[in-house]
Amino acid sequence: MSAVIEEHHDHHDHKPTGIGRWLFSTNHKDIGTMYLWFSFIMFFIGGALALVIRAELFEPGLQFVEPELFNQLTTLHGLIMVFGVIMPAFVGLANWMIPMMIGAPDMALPRMNNWSFWLLPGAFGLLIASLVMSLMGMGSAPNFGWTFYAPLSTTYGPASTDYFIFSVHMMGISSIMGAINIIATIMNMRAPGMTYMKMPIFVWTWFITAYLLIAVMPVLAGVVTMMLTDRHFGTSFFNAAGGGDPVLFQHVFWFFGHPEVYIMILPSFGIISQIVPTFARKKIFGYSSMVYATASIAFLSFIVWAHHMFTTGMPVAGELFFMYATMLIAVPTGVKVFNWVSTMWRGSLSFETPMLFAIAFIFLFTIGGFTGLMLCIVPADFQYHDTYFVVAHFHYVLVTGAAFGIMAGVYYWIPKWTGNMYDETLGKWHFWLSVISVNVLFFPMHFLGLAGMPRRIPDYSLQFAEFNAVASIGAFVFGFTQLIFLYNVIKTARGKTSVKATSQVWEGAEGLEWTLPSPAPFHSFTTPPQVK
Amino acid sequence: MSTTNHGEYFIPEPSKWPVIGTIALVTTVIGAVHTIHAGELNWLLPIGFLLIAYLFFGWFGAVIDESMGGHYNAQVDKSFRIGMLWFIFSEVMFFAAFFGALFYARVFALDWLGGGGNNAATHEYLWPAFNAIWPVLSNPDNTKFAPPAEAMGASGLPAFNTAVLLASSVTVTIAHHGLRANHRKPLIIWLAITVALGVSFLFLQAEEYMHAYEQMGLTLDSGIYGSTFFMLTGFHGFHVTMGTTMLLVMLIRSIKGHFTSDNHFAFEAVAWYWHFVDVVWLGLYIFVYWL
Repeated sequence: MSAVIEEHHDHHDHKPTGIGRWLFSTNHKDIGTMYLWFSFIMFFIGGALALVIRAELFEPGLQFVEPELFNQLTTLHGLIMVFGVIMPAFVGLANWMIPMMIGAPDMALPRMNNWSFWLLPGAFGLLIASLVMSLMGMGSAPNFGWTFYAPLSTTYGPASTDYFIFSVHMMGISSIMGAINIIATIMNMRAPGMTYMKMPIFVWTWFITAYLLIAVMPVLAGVVTMMLTDRHFGTSFFNAAGGGDPVLFQHVFWFFGHPEVYIMILPSFGIISQIVPTFARKKIFGYSSMVYATASIAFLSFIVWAHHMFTTGMPVAGELFFMYATMLIAVPTGVKVFNWVSTMWRGSLSFETPMLFAIAFIFLFTIGGFTGLMLCIVPADFQYHDTYFVVAHFHYVLVTGAAFGIMAGVYYWIPKWTGNMYDETLGKWHFWLSVISVNVLFFPMHFLGLAGMPRRIPDYSLQFAEFNAVASIGAFVFGFTQLIFLYNVIKTARGKTSVKATSQVWEGAEGLEWTLPSPAPFHSFTTPPQVK
Repeated sequence: MSTTNHGEYFIPEPSKWPVIGTIALVTTVIGAVHTIHAGELNWLLPIGFLLIAYLFFGWFGAVIDESMGGHYNAQVDKSFRIGMLWFIFSEVMFFAAFFGALFYARVFALDWLGGGGNNAATHEYLWPAFNAIWPVLSNPDNTKFAPPAEAMGASGLPAFNTAVLLASSVTVTIAHHGLRANHRKPLIIWLAITVALGVSFLFLQAEEYMHAYEQMGLTLDSGIYGSTFFMLTGFHGFHVTMGTTMLLVMLIRSIKGHFTSDNHFAFEAVAWYWHFVDVVWLGLYIFVYWL
């Protein structure tokens, strides 16, 4: 319908052609697309590593991989999923959606935007090369877990650790520039009348996430720099023989690491806050409380880091402080969950794929939140620490939380990006297979952890066999289900679906992005829209 | 928002610089790892540095051309300001990591190694001879980390350097006032003095390092005191080097007449950066040299 008329807009766009369009891009949509595809490719690489891990753990004993390689697989799986999948996917969504949502033509600093992206293939090329070389028998890839604790990564780290250190530096530069760009865009490029408290929640959550990134990525750069000098230049930051302390590593790392886990969930909160009102056909319940809750979570994220280190050794006063501060996070998070539920209350609900993923997010992320509360209780954590219970907890918040949020966002916005509706039947298959298999995969890990199975081991005692077998079956179903997602995305992008998208796309959707034609023109708003 | 002219959005043309930047960094990184490990590809490191220099000349050159060509409007100017401000904040957090390490070592790690808190057993079983005193002139294991013979004092050269850097913050402000009043001569003179002060600071810092290494036995590998001392002052010195280079570029651009009284964001950004470097030094002077 309206799509036909809006075809004419496209003729005004002067899209660069060939490989140069992508290499030299200054366009937020092209850069967003590159981020999303990069994330998708990394998702399958990181997922393949996870399947090798789950194949090894299908039954007790050593079947496929030696313990040394197993450690490299868990390390690379974690690093790829955190830095190569979740974070780039969020930045990709921010690139695509924030300019459209605030009525801007593009990001504020388009060239820097492109550099932020192109650093990532460089950084991950170095990291993945170390694994490929390890498989070819040349040295070991990083093998100390994604948290790279000293002295595993300093005194005992393999030679490839130095490539890891520099690749983290490059990821950090990328994230900091990306975050600065998002802040400049939001502060400076909003359409007239778009006050801060009229911004869509997705924009708000990314605004706050960007501050978290700027505050903690430099600290990560600092800690890997200390690692580098400890390894090669004789400093003793993490060596008690010279007056340092390996525990210092954990403090500095988790000062980055805890805000980092909120960096990986706040934009998903934003996506869910866009989707739920659309499919409930109601305005979001408690807009301002959503904003303040996000800000509160961000603030609290800076004063809870040592809850990752309760068993490491800390004065009792420290343990208590970090326990109570962590519990406080449940309050703003609870506000959000109740707001989503209240938004759905008495709404005219419909259950297209984005909404299904959003509802699954609310349920399953909340489970992950509750296990987080269990973990924050110091005496209980002494039992749970470094067990599969922790693995279950953070996979619920990262897979059924962050990743489900991203999938929901892709289904929700892909008609706007491509001008085509995705295949709803395939979307439903993707959802139902995912949501069932992901619980088969991760729920038994709670029981394994409570029964005492440690994480990061290639072999285990016989009493853990059944639940591990169940989890591995879930893992393979979940992994291969994602091929449906890939197929659906490609099919939609290539216009092989029968239904063209209107500019409105979803009946209940509100916001500036839905006033643009589908697919959105190359430069979003060349003249600013007026927001009343 | 109403002050911004929305009719003229500025979006740069496609640019090769980001990709060159990535190639430059990957080259540098591979060269650096091979240099550390005495590998075959260590020659990539200087090439990487050259590429980074090429990147800076090219990218900033392109931005200067656009700026001089009048392509930037008030909105672009504001984006640059926001960008520079939060970049400086990220630098603050980078230094915060090292200050945090310093405070943690001084307050907790050394105290516990000396038997503080409930760590009497730690002290007894690991290094019973160790005394927790700052500056650390005797490490827990002096065979692995040879301790310094003496600590760096706060008076003398460091105090003089503090004066140099504080003075340079004043002179750059005077130069800025000159620029805003369209007085070219004071702008150039005071900016040149600022650059000279920056160079003097670096020269004196190099003197201090040589003294530390040759006379005091204070080195990067002389335990946590040397580690924190050299990493904090070293990164600060690196930032002063960057800042001085930037000031020098501003001086050349001032002489060329690039700036007007109401359009000189580059100058202001460098001045902000210079004040930031100054403030970090004050923190260093207090916590590394003095207390």
